[in-house]
Amino acid sequence: MKNWQKHTGLILPILALVGMVLWPTISGSVAARESIFTILKAIALASSLNILLGYTGYVSFGHIVYYGFGGYIGFFLLTAQGWPLWSAMLAGGVSSALLAFLLGKAILRLRGAYFALATIGVNEAMRNLVTKLDFIGGPTGLTLNFKTYLAYGGAAKALEMSFYVLALIVLAAILLSHFVRISKFGLGLLAIRENEDAAEVMGVNAPDAKTWAYVLSAIIPGIVGVLFFFKNGNVEPNDAFPLHSSIELLVMVMLGGQGTVLGPILGAFAYQGMRGFLVTNAFFKDIQLSVSGAILLMIVLFFPSGAIGWLRQRLPALRRILA
Amino acid sequence: MTILLSVQGITKRFGGLQALTRITFDLPEGQILGLIGPNGAGKTTLFNAINGVFPPEEGRIIFRGKDVTRAKTYDMAHMGLARTHQIVRPLNELTVRENVMVGACFGREKHGLDKAGKIADDVLEFIGLNRGDQLAGSLNIAQKKRLEMARALAAQPYLLLLDEVLAGLNPSEVDGMIQTVLNIRKRGITIIMIEHLMKAVMGISDRIIVLDYGTQIAEGTPEEIVNHPKVIEAYLGDPRLAQKLMEGEE
Repeated sequence: MKNWQKHTGLILPILALVGMVLWPTISGSVAARESIFTILKAIALASSLNILLGYTGYVSFGHIVYYGFGGYIGFFLLTAQGWPLWSAMLAGGVSSALLAFLLGKAILRLRGAYFALATIGVNEAMRNLVTKLDFIGGPTGLTLNFKTYLAYGGAAKALEMSFYVLALIVLAAILLSHFVRISKFGLGLLAIRENEDAAEVMGVNAPDAKTWAYVLSAIIPGIVGVLFFFKNGNVEPNDAFPLHSSIELLVMVMLGGQGTVLGPILGAFAYQGMRGFLVTNAFFKDIQLSVSGAILLMIVLFFPSGAIGWLRQRLPALRRILA
Repeated sequence: MTILLSVQGITKRFGGLQALTRITFDLPEGQILGLIGPNGAGKTTLFNAINGVFPPEEGRIIFRGKDVTRAKTYDMAHMGLARTHQIVRPLNELTVRENVMVGACFGREKHGLDKAGKIADDVLEFIGLNRGDQLAGSLNIAQKKRLEMARALAAQPYLLLLDEVLAGLNPSEVDGMIQTVLNIRKRGITIIMIEHLMKAVMGISDRIIVLDYGTQIAEGTPEEIVNHPKVIEAYLGDPRLAQKLMEGEE
């Protein structure tokens, strides 16, 4: 394979990202920017989860814990310690990675459903712990001093800047996802997904590979958490560790197509688009999570490889592009 | 004559079941060792003990001069041990070529992806499986068995454990596979093969070990084995098998 051909899978993801950034930039619509912000955040989280779920084949029901944990730590440094946003974001990513490393060593020995159950426990335990810790505000959480925004040119400027920073994070998430997928490390992960015992017999150090996949899938959620709570102005336990968001992330990845770079992007876009419609619809607004559940059920039953997987099976000629 | 693998009195229990009892043998480099015995005799368990899937409770395993009794499965692969499985384990959603590349990337030589791709192409050619771009899950059973061998070979191992590679193949496929095994040996790879097909295992093994209820009841050249009273006795539970064994054919 020629060198550039390895990277054709990046074309659509990058085009999609550029399109999403240009739309509110050109139209100047703040409402559009806010909608896209939500979608970009979902893409960053779903692409990260995909490294674990799609490449390695491990279902994490509590992946949002890395968003909440990194977010909390970064936000604490930002408000209580006066760190600049960039260092706080970095600290959030590193803390989440560290937590994933320690947890990975402990719970990645579990396989299948047992691992999935353990991840739920981790999320719930973390939310409870944070609720009991007074120095980070306990159940009421932390609030940003409005003056903090001054350093970034005022609140309006800070919010606008957050959008473009998020776009850069999404770019990083896409590149990470792509380069993991085409790497030797990624091949080892795929082997684990297909048959962990066979992979080990062939020499894949599964415990290490799984731990690193878990760490890689935790970094970007940690960074996104800090940025989101910075933009939001406050953080509290129920916003940081919402179990249902973990499940929504699973739906996005499965909907778009697990194990592909484009899948989680498409899935996050489609899911957030649908959610936007449902929560504004009089009939659906209270039952939108039930709809998500029903969708997950349909995907698992009828399209286990998701939209992109389905297209790849039917259009082999486009496999290079739909990577 | 260098000893590649030395199995020294290994014992393995599963709860109350004595799966292996003090198995001992030395395997010189370049030989084909046949491992036979009735179903449930402990042949696959012995493979699992050697490659670290179920480490034995007692005894030692020395591979290329190193004690590997407690080594992990993937460490054994890095040291130059490869195996196939009786029940094939293809990586279904990966292509045949990618399956073989896993062997080359993570086996003894740990190649990068580009080199691994070239090795995969060579090995697939050698093994006669020209379906590199097909998904592994779409192969038939004979092709999947070849894929198992190709993956193992791509690791460029010193020792290859073959677990019933002939089972479920039709006669012409069996002949092809036997030729492949002999060709692998020509490449200088030492082989232990578990096989029920007596004609095949008698025909190509340099030495044979017979297991029965986890104990080693005989060891020797194929000629010594077919005339060994204990072996005949073990197989007499199945007169048809004993007959086959004595006639030395399928």
